[in-house]
Amino acid sequence: MNKFSAISDWVLLFAFAAAVYSMPIWLEPLGADYPDLMQRFAIFGLFAIGYNILFGLTGYLSFGHAAFLGIGSYTAVWSFKLLTMNVVPAIMFSMLVTALFAVVIGFISLRRSGIYFSILTLAFAQMSYKLAYSVLTPITNGETGLQLTLSDARVLDAAAGIEVTRSLPVTNFFGIKMSGMPGFYFCATVLVIGFFISLRIFRSPFGAMLRGIKSNQTRMAYTGLNTKPYLLWAFIISGMYAGVAGGLMAVTDPLAGAERMQWTASGEVVLMTILGGVGTLLGPFIGAAVIKYFENILSAYNTTSLTQVFDFVPEALQPIVVDVVSLFVGSGWHLTLGLMFMITVIFLPGGIMEGVRRIGSIFSRKKPTAAITSTPSASENASGA
Amino acid sequence: MDAIFLQVLNGLDKGGAYALIALGLTLVFGTLGVVNFAHGALFMLGAFCAVSVQKVLTISTKVRDESITFFEAYKEVPILEAKFPVVGGFIVDYSVPFSILLAIPFMLLVGLVMERGLIRHFYKRPHADQILVTFGLAIVIQEIVKHYFGASPIPQTAPDIVSGSANIGALVGLGDNVIYPWWRLIYLGFSLSIIGAVFAFLQFTTFGMVVRAGMQDREMVGLLGIDIQRRFTIVFGLAAVVAGLAGVMYTPIYPPDYNLGMDFLVLSFVVVVVGGMGSLGGAVLAGFLLGLVQSFASMTEVKSIIPGMDQIIIYLVAVIVLLVRPRGLMGRKGVMED
Amino acid sequence: MENTVLHVADVHKSFAGLHALSDIDLSVREGETHAIIGPNGAGKSTLLNVCIGRLKPDSGHVVFDGENLTGKQPHEINQLGVVRVFQTPEIFPELSLLENVMIPILAKRDGSFKLRWFRRFSSEKTARIEAEHLLSDLGMETLIRTDAGSLSRGDKRRLELAMGLAQKPRLLLLDEPTAGMARHDTNATIELLKRIKAGGMTKVIIEHDMHVVFSLADRISVLAGGRIICQGTPEEVKNDPRVKEAYLGEEQV
Repeated sequence: MNKFSAISDWVLLFAFAAAVYSMPIWLEPLGADYPDLMQRFAIFGLFAIGYNILFGLTGYLSFGHAAFLGIGSYTAVWSFKLLTMNVVPAIMFSMLVTALFAVVIGFISLRRSGIYFSILTLAFAQMSYKLAYSVLTPITNGETGLQLTLSDARVLDAAAGIEVTRSLPVTNFFGIKMSGMPGFYFCATVLVIGFFISLRIFRSPFGAMLRGIKSNQTRMAYTGLNTKPYLLWAFIISGMYAGVAGGLMAVTDPLAGAERMQWTASGEVVLMTILGGVGTLLGPFIGAAVIKYFENILSAYNTTSLTQVFDFVPEALQPIVVDVVSLFVGSGWHLTLGLMFMITVIFLPGGIMEGVRRIGSIFSRKKPTAAITSTPSASENASGA
Repeated sequence: MDAIFLQVLNGLDKGGAYALIALGLTLVFGTLGVVNFAHGALFMLGAFCAVSVQKVLTISTKVRDESITFFEAYKEVPILEAKFPVVGGFIVDYSVPFSILLAIPFMLLVGLVMERGLIRHFYKRPHADQILVTFGLAIVIQEIVKHYFGASPIPQTAPDIVSGSANIGALVGLGDNVIYPWWRLIYLGFSLSIIGAVFAFLQFTTFGMVVRAGMQDREMVGLLGIDIQRRFTIVFGLAAVVAGLAGVMYTPIYPPDYNLGMDFLVLSFVVVVVGGMGSLGGAVLAGFLLGLVQSFASMTEVKSIIPGMDQIIIYLVAVIVLLVRPRGLMGRKGVMED
Repeated sequence: MENTVLHVADVHKSFAGLHALSDIDLSVREGETHAIIGPNGAGKSTLLNVCIGRLKPDSGHVVFDGENLTGKQPHEINQLGVVRVFQTPEIFPELSLLENVMIPILAKRDGSFKLRWFRRFSSEKTARIEAEHLLSDLGMETLIRTDAGSLSRGDKRRLELAMGLAQKPRLLLLDEPTAGMARHDTNATIELLKRIKAGGMTKVIIEHDMHVVFSLADRISVLAGGRIICQGTPEEVKNDPRVKEAYLGEEQV
């Protein structure tokens, strides 16, 4: 059983990597094969995978992870402005700076649990958001957002003799420009690394302790474990994921705005995780991709295009139909998002992965003995499915 | 001295709005055990009751503008005012107070439907699920409002007679420098009387007694053979009405947009947590307290020492209170301590 | 005189004016099985909770092997080797039986915190073998992959016992280890506890079932109304008139 699950993890990792890298091919029939969207799949997938390490494993519901996303973005843009347009230092700094913030916020927030924890994280996120808009304007450039300028120092680039004269420089990975497809492949690589780390955490004793905390925290204490350091590490790690995701957003588009830190953005990552399946390995990525895909499709509609779509409807009814449908698409896309949120929580708390598993169990019911022997354990099965 | 007095008024004013929302939030949490993230959306719905009433009342028609004589000019005048110059004009002028008449039945209905249709099925679910599903609902409500009313704020006017400012300094003997908008004074009085009414209702009626008992020990009340379910529905409706009224009256102070609820939700949750989850008195106390704290933090004297203090002071206070007094100012033992 | 491992000295504890424990003086010697019996509401569980740090005594202190336990965090007390098996099963319902037992084993081995991300949980071989061994000792070898939450109440109690034993405690506190078990399970548990006893582990047992108490205990303390009214060997306790009075009609001693 041991070897089996070790091998199956590698299979899972390679399957995941293959699926991610081949996105340009298999997303083509869906009309989603352009770099900008695929970059978003990878970035938000990473964000959700990291969030899941906290929420999925420990059950602590943070409503403030968007703050880390924003911090990551600001840090990356500053790295572009001050040091170099190379993305590697930018991502590194995003990770480190976010980790610092996560240590402080996590240390304080984790002194409480349950809804109090949620409110504390929310309070910190709101503070960051408000500060980014007001006092911290010299760092964040307030409502305009932090942007590159021609007069930026870029010390390292300047030392290397790279001069910028006419147009704004482009982010690069040791010379490879990070726009378009190369940008996607870079994000995809970071995503695969992130997935790998998450996989190892899920399978490690550390992950088991986190699941123990979610299952029965009191018992953990009477088992001789101080749960706080475990929780804090989980918080920091998931914060770093968010920071890297924020950094990647700046890599693909070197601009950082405070709206990224708004608490509705935190809500979105919660939804991604839940929609895909809390506490599962693949679920958060699937949730993120599904949401970003539908956002992309649905928000593209407007009244004119809807009128074309509903051309077949009798003319008298057409305005009504268009009006009703337009509630859910275009700028009303968030309504669909809210509905998806509710429907998932009400009917499928386990998310898409749970749905897949239910369907799977219908088939496997025919040969129940095989299903039991090949299952490492119920919980491992849930996380590895 | 004058400045401090003004800030106190300002703080009480803000505090009144916080306290009203937090009161409903606490009531629902204490009795139903549900963490309702859609409560801010109810406040916002109340505000849009006022917007709708104003829109309906001011459906306009073109009439000849008599003040311009040398050519035929027309101006837009509300039909009501054109048809019944005296009564109509009065009603249009008082559209915000009149909205209360619409808001009470409407919010009650919204509350009842929400409880029956959704909240009821989440009594036994984990708090995280309750938060998530009501969060989803809040987005839905807010997007529907945005669809029909647009995204930009819609200013509302207070009735003419109280649209100016009161020379309150002269009234309390502080000289002529302290002036304060009438409507904000009215809002303060309004919130105080609503809070008083809710407390009186809970204190002096048998229904209120059952609700209070339910906040102490829900199972016990159920065991006494009281139909707790129906009362829960009514409590939820009541909380919705309180939030809605707070929203209606707030419109002349702050032009409502669809996002209004979210802003207030976060703040009022902070208020509830500071006051102590499940404590009504705590919610009111914390509401006024945080209102005052925020108002003083936005004085220029304070801002010059610690810039940005006004933006974050409430959250800062919440963090400190939660760490020093984990149960909040007046929280009871055993509430939400899993 | 044998070594005293656990010393409860002059402990008082009251809840809202009600004296739950007063003047408790108790010494548990190395290697012995010490039973605490008493009628309902005598303060037995309170005493146990004071010992593991779940409750703080109003005065007095609890000393384990020279270390004062009063005011220590639960996990610190556990790490000293004082392990409690709960009356209402405290397990990890979402995890498998194997994981349930492995977590305390790893906690014992790694101390409070060790970040091992790049190790596989399932390849912690020694821990796994140990856990499997323990579970089969308790007759649950066929269930190791099942979620603990789906067990019967009796099985949950046995799992708890396994989790407690997994930590190789120096002092094991058992809160009614056989309550809710069927007769033959009870006997199996007694047999198991006897085997541990042969291994020299110090145990404090709270128990209602006199059959269990008299087949295991070396010494017995009788608690009534928050005070220890009698202490001694099973023979002595059996013949003490005060005990009969305290138990009047409740139990056939």
